[in-house]
Amino acid sequence: MRTIVVVSAGLSVPSTTRLLADRLGTAVERAVVARGEEVEVAHVELRPLAHALADHLLTGFATGDLADALDRVARADGLVVVTPVFSASYSGLFKTFFDVLEPGVLDGKPVVIAATAGTARHSLVLDHALRPLFAYLRAVVVPTGVFAASEDFGATDDGSLDKRAERAAGELAALLTGPAAHAPAATERRFVADEFASPAPFEQLLREAGGRSVR
Amino acid sequence: MQIGIFTVGDVTTDPTTGRTPSEHERIKATVAIARKAEEIGLDVFATGEHHNPPFIASNPTATLAYIGAQTESIILSTATTLITTTDPVLIAEDYAKLQHLTDGRVDLMMGRGNTGPVYPWFGKDIRQGINLAIENYALLRRLWSEEVVDWEGRFRTPLQGYTSTPRPLDGVAPFVWHGSIRSPEIAEQAAYYGDGYFHNHIFWPPAHAAQMIRLYRERFEHYGHGAADQAIVGLGGQFFMRPNSQDAVREFRPYFDNAPVYGHGPSLEDFSSQTPLTVGSPQQVLERTLSFREYAGHYQRQLFLVDHAGLPLKTVLEQLDLLGEILPEMRRGFAEGRPAHVPDAPTHASLVAAAGGAEHRTEDGTEDGAAHVQDTFTGTTDRQEI
Repeated sequence: MRTIVVVSAGLSVPSTTRLLADRLGTAVERAVVARGEEVEVAHVELRPLAHALADHLLTGFATGDLADALDRVARADGLVVVTPVFSASYSGLFKTFFDVLEPGVLDGKPVVIAATAGTARHSLVLDHALRPLFAYLRAVVVPTGVFAASEDFGATDDGSLDKRAERAAGELAALLTGPAAHAPAATERRFVADEFASPAPFEQLLREAGGRSVR
Repeated sequence: MQIGIFTVGDVTTDPTTGRTPSEHERIKATVAIARKAEEIGLDVFATGEHHNPPFIASNPTATLAYIGAQTESIILSTATTLITTTDPVLIAEDYAKLQHLTDGRVDLMMGRGNTGPVYPWFGKDIRQGINLAIENYALLRRLWSEEVVDWEGRFRTPLQGYTSTPRPLDGVAPFVWHGSIRSPEIAEQAAYYGDGYFHNHIFWPPAHAAQMIRLYRERFEHYGHGAADQAIVGLGGQFFMRPNSQDAVREFRPYFDNAPVYGHGPSLEDFSSQTPLTVGSPQQVLERTLSFREYAGHYQRQLFLVDHAGLPLKTVLEQLDLLGEILPEMRRGFAEGRPAHVPDAPTHASLVAAAGGAEHRTEDGTEDGAAHVQDTFTGTTDRQEI
């Protein structure tokens, strides 16, 4: 069973961003099933978490549904992330969610990046803003990003939204189920939970403090 | 059980009046608060250490010595001493001197500090925070326990034939606690040495404290200092109380809403349920405080933050009067169900006794039975060996 979490940062209800998120979620589900694997697609909408996110920035800890959403993202096998374009970039709400993720939880995780805007002139936001962000987070971003301008929801030509969504979904499914899915992550990171589960013995900490070995 | 207060020494505008105390007022208020703490029967007064505005908490030893001169019995401590950016040689000297001046009413809590620029201001690198805490503390212990120290490390200039003076009072170093919110390395450090572990426990969910305390207790036992439930645990806490709980909420809300750390964030109600903050009647404060044991186990030290966020001195002193009123009941509550083998927090007197007495101190502290038992509890045998 693969778990996919679709993170969407639309603000209006209903939102175009959520519309695209649903479409991508369905496409990923189909693509993984087509490869003979079971999949569960869950959605995380950031709008209801906006207050909790602002609180997290101020207090340094996550509460309630936000803690739950962060945990689901950390445990997911792959992500689809969708943001509206605000001032030529991802929205602040979208960025805040990824700002408060524990460092390292996206290491090696396959991600489809997607964005919506009123005009196709913003489409390069995928490659100028989202791709570098997820590269920094050490996620594996699939080659196809999906951008939807308002006009895409009325177009059915060759480069149509459906086709782009399917291509991105197929790329994600390949990463989730292909040989890469079983390859070890580049470096094993120790998370806070690991440190509590198996703390580094103090003798080791003393050696490291003196610079005599590097973990 | 030791009950006391700790201060961070913030100079904050009172949001209800717009008035900001001067540094001088705030420093004098800190002394008044400490004296009041002794008057109402508290066991501990601890001050933080900061090296930047809006705090007046630099030079904690001067503050503590001054308070020590005006008090009789209260233990003077730190919350925290910056073991990362302060030269351990100065810590060794300063706090040994403070021990002598106050006849042993001193212990310390080590912390790393969370203000980025403080590290470079003192010539350090914040990325080396854990390593600094570990190496500096290892040196500090040697400076207190060995007459003549030859030492070479990574972060300070080597020492050859160095003797820290004055020597610790009665040959016994101050007891040390280690404070950290969620760095398991620090729980490990405290456990390794058989020192105390303290969780700030004010701005964070209880789960943070619970996981650190669990680790510290397990590792304390692992390193042979006693059973896990004999480890020396301290907790912070924060309250605002009035006889009528609605009055407490009404009066504290503007301070909460504008507080430097969490202000303009979660509501008072949310934060009260998410963290140990208790705003209400003395009975509510009493019950909440006694409930900390549910996840911390029976512990040794409870410190409250009472003087921050711009609360005027008059209000802080009133809060201490109210705390004084529930103090006997709080002590009774903490004593209830406490197994006999759970030790109290070490004091200078108990450490001297464990070391075999001031006059006839032995290296292993096993001269008499009582001292031997105390050893198991406090890990002071280990202290003598290092």
